[in-house]
Amino acid sequence: MMGGLARFFAAIGHPVIDSIERLGFASRFFGLILLRSGTSFLRFGLVIREIFSAGVLSMLIIIVSGLFVGMVLGLQGYRTLQTYGSADSLGVLVALSLVRELGPVVAALLFAGRAGTAMTTEVGLMKATEQLSALSMMAVDPMARIIAPRFWGAVIAMPLLAAIFSAVGVFGGYLVGVVLLGVDDGTFWSQMQAAVDFREDILNGVIKSLVFGCVISAIALFEGYDAPPTAEGVSRATTRTVVTSSLAILALDFVLTAFMFKGV
Amino acid sequence: MSNDNLVEIRDLSFAYGNRPILKGINLTAPRGKVIAIMGGSGSGKTTLLRLIGGQLRPDAGTVRVDGQQVDQLNTRELYALRRKMGMLFQFGALFTDLSVFDNVAFQMREHTDLPEALIHDLVLMKLQAVGLRGASQLMPAELSGGMARRVALARAVALDPMLIMYDEPFTGLDPISLGVIGNLIRRMTDTLGLTSIIVTHDIQESLKIVDYVYFVSNGVIEAEGTPAEILASPAPFVHQFIHGEEDGPVPFHYPAADYARDLGLDRRT
Repeated sequence: MMGGLARFFAAIGHPVIDSIERLGFASRFFGLILLRSGTSFLRFGLVIREIFSAGVLSMLIIIVSGLFVGMVLGLQGYRTLQTYGSADSLGVLVALSLVRELGPVVAALLFAGRAGTAMTTEVGLMKATEQLSALSMMAVDPMARIIAPRFWGAVIAMPLLAAIFSAVGVFGGYLVGVVLLGVDDGTFWSQMQAAVDFREDILNGVIKSLVFGCVISAIALFEGYDAPPTAEGVSRATTRTVVTSSLAILALDFVLTAFMFKGV
Repeated sequence: MSNDNLVEIRDLSFAYGNRPILKGINLTAPRGKVIAIMGGSGSGKTTLLRLIGGQLRPDAGTVRVDGQQVDQLNTRELYALRRKMGMLFQFGALFTDLSVFDNVAFQMREHTDLPEALIHDLVLMKLQAVGLRGASQLMPAELSGGMARRVALARAVALDPMLIMYDEPFTGLDPISLGVIGNLIRRMTDTLGLTSIIVTHDIQESLKIVDYVYFVSNGVIEAEGTPAEILASPAPFVHQFIHGEEDGPVPFHYPAADYARDLGLDRRT
């Protein structure tokens, strides 16, 4: 009887303690990244390389997705707005949805799948093939030389990608709304210009994507660094990167939105 | 401590958690010599290298390299010491995103302000020494196992260290590459005035090139001596190891319950 009870508590306690311990490691890891970031800024070339591999190489998927999301917004928005006779506001709808929400969030989700997984597997395999050990035996700190530049590269790339996503999305909405469905060209743009506020909408969107960039790259790098050095270990870590960072993005988006747009 | 010994290990103990790996190891590596640490897989040989390199800290005992007690150093001092060490990892651990040339140049670029023209010459000299100057523009994925090991050797000696540690340098090589790597280790040690510590379980190849051998088993030094002494050693473990016998002090069977009972024979009538 007692044994069963003890096992019951052990079965609950173990995963809880393990998760808290991992969370502790992750926080310490994040702190270390920030602490060892000096090299990244003294040798900014290292960061630029990572902006290329995380950012530029993700552009295609971001542009294509942005275009389609914008086009769908144009179609759906037009149908709904027309019911109330306000199809002229289509530009506002498309732009606000993209800049406030879909741009940062969808771009971040895509980024986690495209660049986050790449970072996890790269770091995980570097660990598995002893490249990280080799670095530290060469008196080169892997945190400063490998991890921190990747972190900053992703943090810088994320808002840029979100901006590109929104811009292409607006163009997609324009294509469908104006070119295809016949909303007036001038109204589309001028209404948009009047309704979208720089600080309230665009800046908040940029802040969101900065936060998402931090979260995705910290999770991706931690999972790679912490992965067991086996094929199975790296593949599990990659999966965890996508799942954890997607959930984190969606949850954080709600929190951030609640704070940013409470007065609107 | 005598200044003739580059590495001195005294009463070294180490455990992963509560699983003891090393139990009171004594070992010295005199300057200019090639030392082999031998033992079966999982006997703690690689752990020993990591302790010398300061990647792990001992639970008891001391590790001294060039007079400095490795586990007492802070990160900056440890990194300063590591600049004087080279390490050859089991499969080379070359940086897969850099060419052979850039791999060998890596430490020079990280740690020195040498002009690129000088680095170019130095790298080609290191690569010439391992016979791979012609491969300088290849990527690591294009190299065979033996070539990768030679590039890693060139990289390890890039900053002219005093100590090189080799983690299983002979594993998975064909007989020709095996001989090439063995001779390179000996020649580099002699011509560059290095000290080499080889961790290996390859008896035949290493006995040809080393000056002194330590046998590690179950966390202790089971036997030690020059290659001639080792070959003549009466110790049962050494005999089993050298002749590759299936059973002996290292049993063939993993500890298990009684065979007949496992098969359920005792319950049959």
